[in-house]
Amino acid sequence: MWKFIVRRVFLAIIIVFLGSFIIYGVMRAMPTSFVDAMARQRAAASATTGGPTFEEWRAQLNETYHLDVNPVVGFLSWMGGVLHGDFGTSWMYGIPVTQKFNEVIWYSVVLNIITLVLQVITCIPLGIQAARRQYSGFDYGITVFAMLCISLPTFFLATVLKYIFAIRLELVDLYGIVGRFHQQLSPAGKMLDMAQHMILPVLTLAMLNIGGLTRYTRTNMLEVLNADYIRTARAKGLPEKEVINRHAFRNTLIPLVSYMSYLVPSLFSGSMITETLYQIPGIGYIAYDAMVAGDLPFTMFYSMFGLILTQISLMLADIMYAVVDPRVRVN
Amino acid sequence: MSKKDTNFISAREARKISKENNKILKKLDGRLSRKNVPESEYLTTMKDPGNVVEFDDLHTYFFTDVGTVHAVDGVSFNVPAGKTVGIVGESGCGKSVTSLSLMQLLQRPTGQIVSGEIRLNLGDKAYDVAKMPIDAMRNIRGNVVSMIFQEPMTSLNPVFRIGFQLDEVIKLHNTGMSDEEVKQRSIDAIKMVGIPDAEGIYSRYPHELSGGMRQRIVIAMALVCNPRVIIADEPTTALDVTIQAQILELLRKLKGEINASIMLITHDLGVIAEMADYVVVMYAGRVVEKGLANEVFLDPRHPYTIGLMESKPVINKKVDRLYSIPGSVPNPINMPDYCYFRDRCEKCVARCEGKYPPECHVTDTHIVSCWRYFDETKGGTGR
Repeated sequence: MWKFIVRRVFLAIIIVFLGSFIIYGVMRAMPTSFVDAMARQRAAASATTGGPTFEEWRAQLNETYHLDVNPVVGFLSWMGGVLHGDFGTSWMYGIPVTQKFNEVIWYSVVLNIITLVLQVITCIPLGIQAARRQYSGFDYGITVFAMLCISLPTFFLATVLKYIFAIRLELVDLYGIVGRFHQQLSPAGKMLDMAQHMILPVLTLAMLNIGGLTRYTRTNMLEVLNADYIRTARAKGLPEKEVINRHAFRNTLIPLVSYMSYLVPSLFSGSMITETLYQIPGIGYIAYDAMVAGDLPFTMFYSMFGLILTQISLMLADIMYAVVDPRVRVN
Repeated sequence: MSKKDTNFISAREARKISKENNKILKKLDGRLSRKNVPESEYLTTMKDPGNVVEFDDLHTYFFTDVGTVHAVDGVSFNVPAGKTVGIVGESGCGKSVTSLSLMQLLQRPTGQIVSGEIRLNLGDKAYDVAKMPIDAMRNIRGNVVSMIFQEPMTSLNPVFRIGFQLDEVIKLHNTGMSDEEVKQRSIDAIKMVGIPDAEGIYSRYPHELSGGMRQRIVIAMALVCNPRVIIADEPTTALDVTIQAQILELLRKLKGEINASIMLITHDLGVIAEMADYVVVMYAGRVVEKGLANEVFLDPRHPYTIGLMESKPVINKKVDRLYSIPGSVPNPINMPDYCYFRDRCEKCVARCEGKYPPECHVTDTHIVSCWRYFDETKGGTGR
């Protein structure tokens, strides 16, 4: 067992290292960079006064930002900083990346956790019911709804929801994370205000993901319900409720937990489109801006964070498998 | 339906079938799902109090999208107390469906008991299982009638310990028992089926046990509530020959200990010969021949039974090829109203062109459904 864990950790380190190198390479290979944009701006500003030209500015800035070395050396020096716990300062926001990250990540995490909880408590019962009444009207209804949720593009769904709830019914604000009078509110009122602004984004995200998980639950439940041990459970005289909730559900859980372990990185990676549409300053929104601007330290930190989380979640999936399935437990 | 290809149905026909099925199933399945049905509705009396189960003209159909499958089509036989009844027949002849009907474990909603009676003797009273709702059926399952399944590898739930799975059925049918008593009884049951280190096995998971051990656990689970009837649905098919013999020996021993009747379903004539007191031969959803084991084995009458006997290997007899009955089972959808075996039979007589043959009594206990014995038995009383 320990050998297995050590091997997994070792492998994960290699993957994270190589993965961040690839991302660094891609960032450096982009046709435009943060420095180019800045040099262009400064050259335009100093053109009238006869100051340095674009090329001069670029050479000077490249030196300041350490972009004048080749990517391998650049990557290694960045990695050296990381190993000392220094992720650098965000070029775009001008503050240490970890500080900026800490400022914005929690919006996304709260948003995604609420969504995940909502998703789990709706999808699993719906999927189980659909499986129990296979080919009934209810099952077909769920299937149509699930397919609809999977197929709708985010921007369309968000627009429809905004139109209904924000414009027609005027129940919530169109976008943003705080209302106009946020500052005047009491602490409890501030919380409520933010919660209210989270309603539509949560609904959008949940609806987008509800279809997949419902269908996945249904498929697995159907498979389990046809298993011999379910017939054995019924032959014992167990009530149908117990057959489903104990014997069948415990077995359905096996694929479900591993599926949900893979969702952990997505909790922290933010949801770029949804956050942009609702203008929530979450990590998806901020990271997208940083990436487009060519903010190398921030993008690198964000990607590396994602890489590490993915590796952890994969290990988590393996561990969870052992928890729910006695067959994969190693003594 | 077109004559040339019975497997093909047009969209219109499919719609019609599905509409009719829905109508019938709503009625039948609705009847099964009812709660708090008064006992008087399914109370009945046994024809012969010496029987534990009486199947009387049982019809179990599957309402599928391509038509109604008459899986069991008028099956009647008795299971006397303390005896073993062997049900033999090829795959798909309805032997499993007959036993599942007794447990009401048919695949719902498509599989339904359409008509007939299954009288179950509870000692002081008798129930007609065919009329019982699932709700009431739960007290019967595992308690009065229990089942040993074919696949020991998959019939235990992989995520629960053996002990838990045994405790569960004991607790369910003995509500007053304390946890220690339940555990003790589970351990006794494990010992009873001949597994050493019962306490150790109690806290094991199914995957840690071999196939033969798992089948012993399944047997323990079936016997732990002292049922009156044990249905053994091909209990040895998935096991190797040495384990087969052990399991059969165990079943025979335990049957005596708890004085239960066994319905032994198999397609292995050797198993039947070794175990059964009575034999029921099924073909395409009907009983073609039934009687005491001696009668059926020493004096098989129905051409199908004769074919079955001939197709098994015999020691000390040298043959190039084993005999096999020509042809195959007819399509179970839209069965014709003549002897189902006619098209494969080498011994047809003129009457075979007519309707399905009645039951002909060769002796009081030996009954065969074949026109060849109609005259000999003076026109088969058919009860």
